Amino acid sequence: MGVILSAKEIGFAYPGRNKPIFQSVSLEIAAGEILCVLGPNGVGKSTLLRCLAGLSRPTSGHVLLDHEPIGSLSRAEIAKWLALVPQSYETVFAFPVRTVVEMGRAPHLGWLESPGTEDRESALRALRALGVEHLADAAYSEISGGERQLVQIARVLVQAPKLMILDEPTAHLDFANQARFLALLRRLARDGLAVMFTTHAPDHALALADHTLVLSPRNPPLAGPTRKVLTERVLSQTYGVPVHVVNFEGHLTCVVDDANVQ
Amino acid sequence: MSSLDTGSWRTASLGTVLLIASPVLLFLLSFLIGRYPVMPLTVIKVIAAQALPITPDWSPTIESVVINVRLPRVIAAMTVGGGLAIAGASYQGVFRNPLVSPFTLGVSAGAGFGAAAAILLFGQRYAIQLCAFGGGLMAVALCFAMSRFYRLNSTIVLVLGGVIVGSLFTALLSLLKYVADPNSKLPVIEFWLLGSLSSVAMKDIVPVLTVIVPAAAVLLMLRWRLNILAMGDEQARVMGVEAGQLRFVFILFSTLIAASAVSISGIIGWVGLVIPHFARIVVGPDFRRLLPATLSLGACYLLIIDDIARTVTAAEVPLGVLTALMGAPVFILLLGRGGLGWA
Repeated sequence: MGVILSAKEIGFAYPGRNKPIFQSVSLEIAAGEILCVLGPNGVGKSTLLRCLAGLSRPTSGHVLLDHEPIGSLSRAEIAKWLALVPQSYETVFAFPVRTVVEMGRAPHLGWLESPGTEDRESALRALRALGVEHLADAAYSEISGGERQLVQIARVLVQAPKLMILDEPTAHLDFANQARFLALLRRLARDGLAVMFTTHAPDHALALADHTLVLSPRNPPLAGPTRKVLTERVLSQTYGVPVHVVNFEGHLTCVVDDANVQ
Repeated sequence: MSSLDTGSWRTASLGTVLLIASPVLLFLLSFLIGRYPVMPLTVIKVIAAQALPITPDWSPTIESVVINVRLPRVIAAMTVGGGLAIAGASYQGVFRNPLVSPFTLGVSAGAGFGAAAAILLFGQRYAIQLCAFGGGLMAVALCFAMSRFYRLNSTIVLVLGGVIVGSLFTALLSLLKYVADPNSKLPVIEFWLLGSLSSVAMKDIVPVLTVIVPAAAVLLMLRWRLNILAMGDEQARVMGVEAGQLRFVFILFSTLIAASAVSISGIIGWVGLVIPHFARIVVGPDFRRLLPATLSLGACYLLIIDDIARTVTAAEVPLGVLTALMGAPVFILLLGRGGLGWA
């Protein structure tokens, strides 16, 4: 399988500001791969995802989706390849969960079309696959944050893209749900979906990401195979606190050296 | 699960039957209301005789009451009511705000100014109607121009533009009222602003119908996409929908509907705000069912209001006054009830 999305030397600066919030970021992601984006607050992780999803135009470099410049594609063409799950969002209207999931069919339907029987069934199938079929008729505005996350994934499954980009998907989940969610991402990747996500937990990158991109306020961006990139030195420099990477029966996990935190 | 499905399907179809049957029943019943008594069967025969070869067994007076007096009013009330309601529901979806009405971008203020200007300058009915329509469209166009000027395609700037344009046209309207002759012109302006269908004729309604019917058809055809737009611009865009374009289409056609409705009825508030809420309680927030429901409920509501307006007192109560008098308590009751379909 070839490369789905690639970014070459992209940077982004808000209009009127000279200093870009990030620059010279290059990355590639292919089918079945998991790419994690790490970095402290304010280094532009969310902005980077917006650029990759074609929502913001990078001020330098270019983004290619299926070898085409992303700016030359329509929103519907992009949405057939790539789905974005934002950190969280509220709906004003209390749409039933199944209605929200059906919305994923939008890029596949013409202007005047609306979801038919098959689309409605695929929405239910997606909810069933994620074990939340019982929520189908619940109001999206009244379910928990963890449930919303799963409903959004169901929406992505119905949208059937090649790449799923998630902005801090584990931020609102409890400890067990984080583990379940990471297992779900691993399963989706095994089925061939490319997955890219941001997180504040280096452990999550170590647990499942094939590649990791580290954005740091001081150093140039660093990308590569996760275990090569996430060394104690890199983590300590990036976050500005002393970090030890501990190996527990093959699982790598990060521990902060509390005594030496300034 | 399956029993639940059939249950909701049954209530859905009962609701659908009611939403289709009520306007038809109210349409026929409204001909029986008024100072000149007419029998139900006669009404059906008189209306049918317009298209079918039926030999009249009724007096010409009855024919005139039914066809020339009551029919235009009934059609106008249903068109204006249904139109304002579907425009209001669309506006609420586009702006993701249940407190929005079809007048949020200044349609009513613009139309009021246009009508007042036409009353002062020309005085003919068709000129007032045309200027009210034009004024309403101009107000919304100004809002869009403003959001373009600031290069922001956000709904906040549009709504802010609506506030600015609304007060601008209200001020201009006050100016016109100030210079208007208080004995002849001013009462006409005031009466127009209060809303009425008392002098409406078939020839006034035809141009309005030719705008509202196709525009409402467009809204109905695109109504599933309004769900997506209501999730927010960014979310709509990542689901493959060009949010800016779609919003423009919905605002354009809703505004055409609201401006043409107001052009024959004057300013009738509350319908475009209360009916979408009421419809949401009946059919839920999904715009696929909400938009058709608002059309039906809006038509019924304004028809009942207009029936009341022309019967309770000898001098007609202005419609805008009645919709507010009825709408405010209804809205308070709805708010207390909960389950409004929005968080």
